[in-house]
Amino acid sequence: MIEIKMPQLGESVTEGTVGRWLKRPGDPVAKYEPLLEVVTDKVDTEVPAPEAGILHEILVPEGETVRVGTVIARLTPAGATGSATSAAPVTTVAATESRATTTTVTATTAPPATDDGRNTYLSPVVARLLAEHQLNPAQIRGTGQGGRITKQDVLRFLAEREKQPATPAATPVAPAPAAPTPAPIPTPAPAPMPVAPVPTPPPVTAPTTSEIPADAELVPLTPMRRSIAEHMVRSVRTSPHVTTVMEVDLSRVIAHRAAHQEAFSRQGVRLTMTPYFIMAAIAGLQAVPVFNGSFTDQGIIIHRRINIGVAVALNEGLLVPVIPDADEKNLLGLARAVNDLAERARSKRLRPEETQGGTFTITNHGVTGSLFATPIINQPQAGILGIGAVVKRPVVITQNGLDAIAIRPLCYLSFTFDHRIADGATADQFLSTVKKRLEQWEG
Amino acid sequence: MPEMNLLEAIRQGLDEAMAADPRVFIFGEDVGKRGGVFRVTEGLYDKYGPMRVIDSPLAESVIVGACIGAAMNDMLPIAEIQFADFIAPAFNQIVQEAARIHYRSNGDWEVPLVIRVPYGGGIHGALYHSQSVEAFFAHVPGLKVVTPSTPYDAKGLLKSAIEDPNPVLFLEHKKTYRLIKGFVPEEDYRVPIGPADIKRPGEDISVFAYGLMLHYCLEAAQTLAAEGVSIEVVDLRTLRPLDTETILASVRRTGKVLIVHEDNLFGGFGGEVAAIIAEHAFEYLDGPIVRIGGPDVPAMPFAHSLEAAFMPSPASIAAAMRRLAAY
Repeated sequence: MIEIKMPQLGESVTEGTVGRWLKRPGDPVAKYEPLLEVVTDKVDTEVPAPEAGILHEILVPEGETVRVGTVIARLTPAGATGSATSAAPVTTVAATESRATTTTVTATTAPPATDDGRNTYLSPVVARLLAEHQLNPAQIRGTGQGGRITKQDVLRFLAEREKQPATPAATPVAPAPAAPTPAPIPTPAPAPMPVAPVPTPPPVTAPTTSEIPADAELVPLTPMRRSIAEHMVRSVRTSPHVTTVMEVDLSRVIAHRAAHQEAFSRQGVRLTMTPYFIMAAIAGLQAVPVFNGSFTDQGIIIHRRINIGVAVALNEGLLVPVIPDADEKNLLGLARAVNDLAERARSKRLRPEETQGGTFTITNHGVTGSLFATPIINQPQAGILGIGAVVKRPVVITQNGLDAIAIRPLCYLSFTFDHRIADGATADQFLSTVKKRLEQWEG
Repeated sequence: MPEMNLLEAIRQGLDEAMAADPRVFIFGEDVGKRGGVFRVTEGLYDKYGPMRVIDSPLAESVIVGACIGAAMNDMLPIAEIQFADFIAPAFNQIVQEAARIHYRSNGDWEVPLVIRVPYGGGIHGALYHSQSVEAFFAHVPGLKVVTPSTPYDAKGLLKSAIEDPNPVLFLEHKKTYRLIKGFVPEEDYRVPIGPADIKRPGEDISVFAYGLMLHYCLEAAQTLAAEGVSIEVVDLRTLRPLDTETILASVRRTGKVLIVHEDNLFGGFGGEVAAIIAEHAFEYLDGPIVRIGGPDVPAMPFAHSLEAAFMPSPASIAAAMRRLAAY
């Protein structure tokens, strides 16, 4: 019997949450085949089977958080004689032809489809049919190789559904899962310093979801969605959020970017606006260090290191990879780091520790057209800087004592801060510094 | 409607074409007095004389080259290459000249030439009397490549080929010559070059084949029908131009594809069919596109046992159908 333990995902991680079991007890697993997904902070990681065998038992249910090293499941290795043999039945074909044929022949001998052990590969046509008819593959019994859902299976399912009279009560939706045990997501402690204990939050899910209206459908929460939901609720409950907005003229930044884009590109770096905002935010944090801090009952922790998180929007949610010691990098280094982290966030290749340890966060909501926003603080940080869309506007400028109307690229900076830590005037001092750094950009 | 074998259907097509148009003549090795090594032209020498059924020297480049010249001078030549295996010396004439003249002359010149080529194995012909050459020529724009598999199609396509204003490579599988029989109407008819033909409609798997393999596929489909699997067998009939519409429509119905030819797989014609399907019917596929073909050995072996191992068989095709059905 092999013990499967909660792995350490990232250096400062001491516990992990079982996101989803990909195998059920009795399932055969191949070596390195994913057994389960583990959630830490906002990163999901699959845990592979160390050996081939049969999953014997699951000791930690989905949603539960345990310390690193805790035994979460047991696996019977392939060599050991186990009662639970569940290899798919293989029948040989009639005698006429020799070699080659060892696969199952008729649909009747296909292994029964189960929710877990079956071949979940969807062929192009099956994927298309499921999408066209808005079907969930779990509803359909697969009769193909390894329980794969074939095109015929989908067509049969549709034909049978067609035959049945409309039964409004029987919605094709799974019953609502029980409200999960509130997984205390490990606080992304930026440094090994004492942090105020976070009170156990109540369940994120509203308690009255057992009844789903017939004309609605239930979309199950992904581990990432659940984690974000928990974090957002906890953040607004923890910190009194205040947002202050300033307008900034980006003429010099845009000119600088235009002048340097090609040189950066020669070094394999795509120069976006984000590194400029990171540099400006660092100037603000250096001028007003309290916003590079965390509120605790003992006092305000002010971090000496500046680790900037940059929010990256994904289809399924949001990730905030962190650039550690961002104040030690120049524009090239920041641009390179932003390119790399954003790319890997989108391709799901971030390491868990790369989303941890942030001391301040920047969210570039302007890329999707937003002018200004009221972002929510990434706990336990003190503030978050939102960047609005850059828009050319006519503005009154004064040159040599004369007023004139000019067209300038402007954008709103939205700074949300924890009012426990500082007051509006301090926040404006921070934001003015950011604005000034951007407007007087000198490289 | 008389029943005849494929060889007789071709002979009848040649005869009728020669009777209908004095410009039609036959040029090839042993086609005259001997009536061809397979007896396809038997009787034509006596009927039309040595000026219209001409024995050529053993020089394939001359056979095709002379026919190109005749074709460009208002004749309708039918060249015969005795075995497809011998076509290589004529490759230059076919590919560099015949296929390109219409294009090269900006449409001023045409080459109404038919090159009849017995091909294929399974007749204990060994290395130099068994080859399949369609992939070499189907690659060439400007050339039409026709591969009939039934007497009806063979005669109808032959007449279309003779009337076609530009070169047609007419591939006749020699094992089908006397093996495959069918009804051929007495009246004059044509089978157009281009359209494929669904020889057996089905729902679960689309099978694409031509020549002898078409018949093996039909036999395998019959076996599979008894096992509850419905196979659609599409006779490509013309490899160039290829009827992609019929191919794609069939794949969109069934979702599974098996392509069978006797020629070896690598770079074989089936690869082109597979690519077209993958490119244009991807979202309709319910399984891998499967090909069956000869192994990548230099030529057909002589030993009976090895020849049998080389040739796809109804049993090996049925086995692939089963695997695909179960996928």
